[in-house]
Amino acid sequence: MKINVTDQDGVRHEIDAIEGWQVMEIIRDHGLPVKAECGGSCCCATCHVYVSEEWQDKLFDMRDDEDEMLDENHDREDNSRLSCQIIMTEELDGLSVTLAVSARP
Amino acid sequence: MQQHYKTDVIIIGAGPCGLFNVFELGLLDLKCHLVDILDKPGGQCAELYPEKPIYDIPALPVVTGQELTDNLMVQIAPFDPIFHFGQMAIACEKLENGHWQVKTDYDTVIEAPVIVVSAGGGSFMPKKPPIENLEQFEGESVFYSVRQMDAFKDQGIVIAGGGDSALDWALNLQPLAKSLTLVHRRDDFRAAPDSVNKMRHLVESGKMKLVIGNIKQAQGSGGQISKLTVKTKDQGDIDLNCSRFLAFYGLTMKLGPIAEFGLNLHENLIPVDTEKFQTSTPGIFAVGDINHYPGKLKLILSGFHEAALMAQEAFRIIHPDKKLRFQYTTSSSDLQKKLGVNDQKVA
Repeated sequence: MKINVTDQDGVRHEIDAIEGWQVMEIIRDHGLPVKAECGGSCCCATCHVYVSEEWQDKLFDMRDDEDEMLDENHDREDNSRLSCQIIMTEELDGLSVTLAVSARP
Repeated sequence: MQQHYKTDVIIIGAGPCGLFNVFELGLLDLKCHLVDILDKPGGQCAELYPEKPIYDIPALPVVTGQELTDNLMVQIAPFDPIFHFGQMAIACEKLENGHWQVKTDYDTVIEAPVIVVSAGGGSFMPKKPPIENLEQFEGESVFYSVRQMDAFKDQGIVIAGGGDSALDWALNLQPLAKSLTLVHRRDDFRAAPDSVNKMRHLVESGKMKLVIGNIKQAQGSGGQISKLTVKTKDQGDIDLNCSRFLAFYGLTMKLGPIAEFGLNLHENLIPVDTEKFQTSTPGIFAVGDINHYPGKLKLILSGFHEAALMAQEAFRIIHPDKKLRFQYTTSSSDLQKKLGVNDQKVA
């Protein structure tokens, strides 16, 4: 199982994913630049990613608290998500996300 | 005006670990002053997740961040800690008498033989919008908090954000402003419903303007801002003339001036030994999420353990000639007296 992460400098990384982990945790575990200061409890907005168009329909809709937290990011776009709120499943094998500048440590 | 204090221990950071330091040091009769950039105790627990339940505090099956903070405040009350809230520790130097002196950005000066850094993920600082050249206006006409309302009197104010800070200040500053415009990404606000209703009412009556969009550009000269450009969905780019801009995009943690205290750092964490939780500098300790040692887990319970061991060495530094007696709060009448047990009629 893999995910594709493009970092803030535009470098693409194909990394091993683990089922059941938060995508934020997978990104962090590979040492890519994600701040995630609240540790994955949807209390900050520093694991901000943009989800590639082809994957957006495969994600669960965001909850209100994620929506509200994302508003703290000036670089929020329509495809913005908090990567701590995306749980890795088989259906997401190959998921492609881009790390936002606001997620930089 | 400079305020001078002398104490046994200066604690930087009043989160859960900062507060529990007071307890462990207090049992050893050591008095504490705490400095925190927030205006309240609790650190991340109070600022990031006051309502979120925590399930891994020993013997508390479930407790919210705010409840944990409130309980710690009750637990340390017998030791009369002195808090310096809303202040950032900006400098630390060694005095000739061997003590440390910590200064804050509010001109508070505290002297003590021991410092404990329990600053978690660092200082909470405002998130800044990525608008080019905004720094040139900061502190003069662009702000991330309101320290003096006078600076906003008769000004053309733009406030950005959708949370309580943005709404509260929009409501507070509107009566004294020449004009006030609230800018938010979408027409949905997470602030208290009562504030949102009041804001809507002012907008309807023409006393406040509401613009839905993203601020993309700032113009002005010297330190004086004169215009903000907002990208909106239905009206394209809108120019807002203004003389004051307040941005409330939440807080984020940065290590800040602690990085300049002369301590060894490891990726923005402070390495300590696991016997005393002392840093590379004798007399300066680090407890909680900010420290680093082999096997470190960033858990509140780890910080509590670290505080207990730190306090032993802090005592030895402050009272090199005294013998340290290990006692239990269950059986020691001495400790119970310090805790005010008989006063409170607690069994």
